[in-house]
Amino acid sequence: MLQRIRTAPPRYWLVAIVVIFFMGFPTVISSFQTSLWTQALVLAIAIMGLNILVGYSGQLSLGHGAFMALGAYTSAILAHRYKLDYLITIPIAALLTGLVGFLFGIPALRLSALYLALATFALAVVTPSLIKRPDALTGGVQGILVIQPDPPQFAQDTFATVTGTVMSSDQWIYYVALFCALLLFWVAWNLVRHRPGRAMRAIRDGEVAAAASGVNIAGYKTMAFGISAFYAGTAGSLFGLATGFVSPDTFPVSLSIQLLVGAVVGGLASIPGPLLGAIFAYFLPIESNQWVPSQAWIPAQIASTVKNAGPAVSYGVVLIAIMMFAPNGIVGLVNSGYAALNRRLRGAGDRETGQMPPDPQTV
Amino acid sequence: MQEFLQQVVSGLAVGGIFASLALALVLIYNAMGLVNFAQGEMAMLATFVAYALVNRGMSYWIAFPVALVLAFGGGIVIQRIVIRPVERAPILTLVIITLGLATLLNGLAGFVFGYVPRSFPSPFSAQSADVLGVFVSYRDLGVIAMSGLVLLAVYLLLQRTTVGLTMRAAAHHPEASRLLGVQVSWMLGLGWGLASAVGAVSGIMVAPILLLEPNMMQSIIIYAFAAAVLGGIESPLGAVVGGLAVGVTINLAGAYLPFVGGDLQLAVGLAIIIAVLIIRPNGLFGRAAVRRV
Repeated sequence: MLQRIRTAPPRYWLVAIVVIFFMGFPTVISSFQTSLWTQALVLAIAIMGLNILVGYSGQLSLGHGAFMALGAYTSAILAHRYKLDYLITIPIAALLTGLVGFLFGIPALRLSALYLALATFALAVVTPSLIKRPDALTGGVQGILVIQPDPPQFAQDTFATVTGTVMSSDQWIYYVALFCALLLFWVAWNLVRHRPGRAMRAIRDGEVAAAASGVNIAGYKTMAFGISAFYAGTAGSLFGLATGFVSPDTFPVSLSIQLLVGAVVGGLASIPGPLLGAIFAYFLPIESNQWVPSQAWIPAQIASTVKNAGPAVSYGVVLIAIMMFAPNGIVGLVNSGYAALNRRLRGAGDRETGQMPPDPQTV
Repeated sequence: MQEFLQQVVSGLAVGGIFASLALALVLIYNAMGLVNFAQGEMAMLATFVAYALVNRGMSYWIAFPVALVLAFGGGIVIQRIVIRPVERAPILTLVIITLGLATLLNGLAGFVFGYVPRSFPSPFSAQSADVLGVFVSYRDLGVIAMSGLVLLAVYLLLQRTTVGLTMRAAAHHPEASRLLGVQVSWMLGLGWGLASAVGAVSGIMVAPILLLEPNMMQSIIIYAFAAAVLGGIESPLGAVVGGLAVGVTINLAGAYLPFVGGDLQLAVGLAIIIAVLIIRPNGLFGRAAVRRV
């Protein structure tokens, strides 16, 4: 055991540090900050789903907000109308969304990448009006209120013994989201390292070559869609829990763009990428909204326009700049920086160390 | 019957608007095999330029061509700065970049002009004329005439002029054109300029109907996608026919299908896209895609 710990590669230590950081985080920040970080974690789950689809299997979806909406409304309706415990509805919503995504993936097989992007984009734009229509079920424009549950006894007891304080509902929801995020990131990590991941990457990099090597193209492509939607559905369900309500305007087309920004910024076809991307995509508009109006030298008029238009402008610039200059996102930049540093320190090329080159440019 | 015909005519009017934007999409698709997700936002920005000009006291009939010329220049600038460096990148990269461009232009419009909806002037009166027993508003007639004019102009430019021939050659056979001395990259730039100007017509035509604001084209671009897909995404004629068909379909669906009504018309656009892609992916006028591996 000790031997294994001593020889663990440095990135395992990094993972352990990150996990401990996220576990302890809500005990030192305010309740409001905790709920913000819950939403960032939820976004990270959805972006991981998109990453599996876009980064690993090479199918572009611009409509993942629609899958999140499906997950959120499934949970909200089950909890509100059928009085199910919200936590039980999360897996139900995830499975249902995954099934729908799998079914959606079947016609998507026939579409070229461009047409798939087009159809999913149209879906994202139409989603809010589709939700509004069956208003007896979805509550129409008003949406549905989600009652945030109190932490159960075992969680309260554990929290009290460890920190000596009373666990709030926000903190409990944070830990639920963190648990789901850890589980799903672990699943994704295992998925992409083994046969399905290799198959999906082979399809992405050359469909004909993959088919010639015996990869079941249709099976893996629809599977990627199903898994991706499963992640989005989980995220949607948690999103309803974290924000306390679901409404058609919770899922505008800009949500799908936000997910894409997160996936691209963090780094497609990487495991830590979605987490970094989610933190960036979630906090960029919030931070800029707080920073800009609080600067005395910026006139109030300009400050308010920046508040409204700032997120769109910065998302647009970031998308274009990343795709042009750093197509592998933050993770790609860190990897190439680390490799360059290693070369400098050891004074040896890749050939001597036998180090594998980083993943090739994926999009 | 009369009401039905009136719905058809006003469907043709909005269809002409969709046709212009769909034609812009087709022009860029033919030039580089890419669907430009920013086409609607480019048109919206050009419409804001026209609005600013009219607001400064310029006559509508001068502001209109000036805005088109500026849109043309803007299209070339965008191609030079944003698209040209990644011309050879994979299609997913290009799609994400045009989507980023759409987001950026949307934000810029909001930044400069704000999000308050503004009414946009129409040069045609809202009164109706009696055409063969059907009451048609001058506004609809004007929009139909204007769209027809634009489509005719694009057709003549592409089919009857040397520039048009060069542009088509550069799009279809870039290598051979380069050998014959065509500056292929600049022809792509010209294509973007032309598409931007054609799209701008749709924005200026639709602004009096909807109100002018940064998200104005968000639904129109979906209808234009539907039109382009229905017509076959590489066929200019298909874009026109598709645009008119989509316009009439959503108008009739909105009027006669109680389930659809006014607020699910956009879903009809989505349904058209999905149905065409599944049943007949090449659209009405497209050729079957043949790919060499």
